[in-house]
Amino acid sequence: MLDFLIRFIPRAVGQGIPLMYGSVGETITEKSGNLNLGTAGIMYVGGICGVIGAFLYETGNKTLNPFLGIFIPLGCCIAGSLAMGLLYCFLTVSLRANQNVCGLAMTTFGVGFGNFFGGSLIKLSGADVPSIALSKTSGLFSQKLPIADQAGWFGKIFLSYSFLAYAAVAIALIASYIIHNTRTGLSLRAVGESPATADAAGIDVIKYKYVATCIGAMISGLGGLYYVFDYASGVWSNDAFGDRGWLAIALVIFTIWQPVHSIWASIAFGGLYILHMFIPAGTNLAIKELYQMAPFLATIIMLIITSIRNRRENQPPASLGLSYFNME
Amino acid sequence: MHNKAPRFYIARRGDILWYKAWGIRAIAIALALLLCGFITMAATGLDPIKVYVTMLDGNFGTSRRFWMLLQNMAILLCVSLALAPAFRMHFWNLGGDGQSLMGALGAAACMICIGDRIPNVLLIIIMIAVSISCGIIWAVIPAYFKARFGTNETLFTLMMNYVATQLVAFFVIIWEVPKGSGKIGIINQSTQAGWFPQIGTNKYLLNIIIVLFITVFIFIYMRYSKHGYELAVVGESEATARYAGIKINRVIIRTMALSGAICGITGLLLVGGTDHTLTTTIVAGRGFTGVMVAWLAKFNPFVMIATTFLLVFLERGSAEITTIFGLNQSFGDIITGIILFFILSSDFFLNYKITKTKTQKEAA
Amino acid sequence: MDAKTPVLGLSHLTKRFGKVVANEDVCLDVYEGEILALLGENGSGKTTLMNMISGIYFPDEGEIYFKGEPVVIASPKDAFSLGIGMIHQHFKLVDILSATENIILGMEEKPDLNKSADRIKAICEKYGFDIDPYKKIYEMSVSEKQTVEIVKVLYRGAQLLILDEPTAVLTPQETEKLFEVLRNMKKDGKSVIIITHKLQEVLDISDRVAILRKGRYICDVETASANVQELTDAMVGHSVSLNIERPEPVNPKKRIVVENLTVFDEEGVCKLKDVSFTAKSGEIIGIAGIAGNGQKELLEAIAGLQQVDSGHIYYIGDDKSRQELIGKDPLEIMDLGVSLSFVPEDRLGMGLVANMGLADNMMLRSFRKGNSVFTDRKRPRELAASIVERLEVNTPGIATMVRKLSGGNVQKVLVGREISTAPTVLLTAYAVRGLDINSSYTIYDLINQQKKAGVAVVYVGEDLDVLLELCDRILVLCDGQVSGLLDARETDKREVGYLMTNLRGEAHAQ
Repeated sequence: MLDFLIRFIPRAVGQGIPLMYGSVGETITEKSGNLNLGTAGIMYVGGICGVIGAFLYETGNKTLNPFLGIFIPLGCCIAGSLAMGLLYCFLTVSLRANQNVCGLAMTTFGVGFGNFFGGSLIKLSGADVPSIALSKTSGLFSQKLPIADQAGWFGKIFLSYSFLAYAAVAIALIASYIIHNTRTGLSLRAVGESPATADAAGIDVIKYKYVATCIGAMISGLGGLYYVFDYASGVWSNDAFGDRGWLAIALVIFTIWQPVHSIWASIAFGGLYILHMFIPAGTNLAIKELYQMAPFLATIIMLIITSIRNRRENQPPASLGLSYFNME
Repeated sequence: MHNKAPRFYIARRGDILWYKAWGIRAIAIALALLLCGFITMAATGLDPIKVYVTMLDGNFGTSRRFWMLLQNMAILLCVSLALAPAFRMHFWNLGGDGQSLMGALGAAACMICIGDRIPNVLLIIIMIAVSISCGIIWAVIPAYFKARFGTNETLFTLMMNYVATQLVAFFVIIWEVPKGSGKIGIINQSTQAGWFPQIGTNKYLLNIIIVLFITVFIFIYMRYSKHGYELAVVGESEATARYAGIKINRVIIRTMALSGAICGITGLLLVGGTDHTLTTTIVAGRGFTGVMVAWLAKFNPFVMIATTFLLVFLERGSAEITTIFGLNQSFGDIITGIILFFILSSDFFLNYKITKTKTQKEAA
Repeated sequence: MDAKTPVLGLSHLTKRFGKVVANEDVCLDVYEGEILALLGENGSGKTTLMNMISGIYFPDEGEIYFKGEPVVIASPKDAFSLGIGMIHQHFKLVDILSATENIILGMEEKPDLNKSADRIKAICEKYGFDIDPYKKIYEMSVSEKQTVEIVKVLYRGAQLLILDEPTAVLTPQETEKLFEVLRNMKKDGKSVIIITHKLQEVLDISDRVAILRKGRYICDVETASANVQELTDAMVGHSVSLNIERPEPVNPKKRIVVENLTVFDEEGVCKLKDVSFTAKSGEIIGIAGIAGNGQKELLEAIAGLQQVDSGHIYYIGDDKSRQELIGKDPLEIMDLGVSLSFVPEDRLGMGLVANMGLADNMMLRSFRKGNSVFTDRKRPRELAASIVERLEVNTPGIATMVRKLSGGNVQKVLVGREISTAPTVLLTAYAVRGLDINSSYTIYDLINQQKKAGVAVVYVGEDLDVLLELCDRILVLCDGQVSGLLDARETDKREVGYLMTNLRGEAHAQ
């Protein structure tokens, strides 16, 4: 059993961390009343921007400065995701365009952007496989805690992750603390629940929406970065990130808009996502495909349950998906 | 005191003349094309004029390309038409992909399981019935929960896409030919059982005609039928609908059934009409693109033909650019994204106007 | 009170919304330690004026002075920092947050909920409020929510409080309590502006009355030297004799019989208790009561839109046939052959589809007619055209979306449609709310025409003068119960007003 857990949990966590970034970012965004369906696109952009940064740095230098090796991709990733967040805000907050449609357009754009530059880099690097490997940068990103190997099973389950994984947990905790215990969080919740009220209380609704959405986008983008440099060991191949962005959005509902729940829920979803790899050998391959439905079915069931229970505290921010116009 | 008076304020516009509205949109598209040309130039170092010519060539250069354009338009339009009534009802059906995929699955199942046992006409009739039913089931499940418990339909329909994808993946492996290939290949290659008949020599004409019929049908349904009126009222205000004696739950489920049915037909057209195979990616994200097609056209089926053309033109045009200039396939998505951003932005100028605040006599 | 310093000075304020002038050239001073009543009819621009002071709107022209200094109030935050706090009619509270969280919302201080709660308790004690700082807003009563709003501005150290029709939603006891609090604030040196159109309250609470009419400042008077007649005249511009026509009912017959109707809302709160009355053909029965005392539920129950817990609603046909309406939805009621028209309170949110044109709105309740799967588009267009013409609806065309029309025109469209079906029962809720005098009279005329045609009219109103002059009988609701049924020709305002705020049973018990 322990043996199984040692094999299973680290992989579930590896799958779960991008979801955690995505869902925490999206939760912060949604708290401001913006339903950003572009998260899938943002995570792609975050990932590819990191790859571009790393590629440029790696090809120009034989040995990597560990500090620059981490901060160049990280900075590029954050800048790219921030740009996407700004774009979304400009369209939906400033120009009041429909949030769902903008989100979908951003996903089209973001996925296209990722695959385009990914594809171009693959061509540039002259690889004969349709992927690009940045193993040196990945080596920096996927460094485990130094004591992980000495701590036995405990180390393998709890300590064998890279700094971005722990950062995800930390961000979820910090986000949770800010939302529930600070003035900023209080204002943010008010903006998402009732922008008119927040406005009357002297809160700059537009600013909050912009800032929350952009911070959310940057956090989501880190999910893409983690995926490429840690989970995929620095290998970018087009479309590899798949539908994780959508799962991250689903997780927001699953966690009833509480980033702290995202920590366990993301890992659980990560587990569901890879469940099919752990079914006994010899099982029909077709059955494996059915197992891959698990996270989606779980989301659907969660959606139904929360809507049936209909508790006031578990509902989405009341103004979610609506644009705010203070002259009405 | 600190602070300065706001220099501008934004106000809702009253009615806008139709030619002004379309003028604003045309300007947005023109600006977007300019920007896209510029980006293409930056990416390829080519003369933008040449790029546009290539795009035109990719769509109209040969009669095969032109038919491909029409065929792609037909399929995308079909999904969009399916989504339009649901959106009109303010039901965010993001499940066009899954519903179409289920339709495709239904059609393929008929072809594979009973394809060589019954006459072709009967087979095609059964295929139609089965794929429509599959689409309906996939659409009605979220509709039921929305009607009954108010379950968030946006995410429900979205998740149903992935469940459908995995279901298809499951059957692809069950039916794979040859075993272990993970692909179904062309179904009934030798007997052509379940393949739609060709009109004349053209493989795509039948699909195009069917979709045109659906376009007219949806236009009439939404504009002139009692059902269409009911769903519009439900979309605008549930309180008003109740006041008018409209059974809201019934309308939600009925409208989504229609949505699912047409998505089912889309899947049918793909499997029976053109592709004659089943893959998990056969719908190619048209369920999402369809959302934008329908939205940009403000749910008017005939305007949707134009928006479909725009999106398919861009997609095929940039596909041509990518082959000719050796760019990556996804270049088209970037271009499409940019155009969409511009058109979405232009909506603002249709609904609002920016007015300069009257100068204030500031006590200096 | 002798050395008067104006806390707030308004100088030549003008605000326009498109072509509509909401305020024009308004000048007004407010002094320290006084309660100023701002009086005016609906649509006289009181709320707009106050919104400019509290930073919701920005004036097109004119200046605002605070303690003698010219100031620019571009946002509510600016108003707060000056010490101006406004309590809106529609509470600006976040439902899922607690009282304390709402009160400290937007403030630049370290959030320490317990410390804030203590300060809130101290404020409550000082002025005589009573709220639980940890209670969530969605669990609160209307009066509690209002208290939270007031504490919110006091917590921010407001010197000037603006209350927009604070008593509209309160019971008399609650009103009295509120006034007590306001007097305490006055003693504390704070200034209060109270917007209202209830004259008695003006006389009760204020030191000075300022009157607005059609967006303009008319005059101000010391309350001590004012009388009701004078104020009314200033407010409406001419002596109010409403002169609403009231024909004698011809051959009234029982049409709607309501027996022991009891309604609970979704949260299990009793909205109607044991209500019984009869509406007769050719007669207008008025329903009086403070807003939210069960009027909405009563009309919606008759119209088939409200879940009923017990009781009966019978429709009596011309042939004396009795049909139960409870348990039937509007469609089933229509199928019974009952022609029931309903002008709901929420015109654009319920009675009409805001984003549809006039013509499309005409068929809202009749589009099912005929066996065709298609809607008949000709008749609604004709009806729309005829309503536009007969009721002088000001609209660019019959395809114009109704949300783009002004309030009066919207109501004409709605009433016009509802009476076009030759109803036998007409239910109206606040039919003239927000309408100018002319439109109001058009509506009274239309209702009277229906009465003369033998329709049983149920008129829910808020203006007692109108109820007294228009209706034949008045049913008074208080707390969801019938507190009295009066002959409108015999009774007077005082009696209705008393019943609105007191249940007869309680009065007897005391």
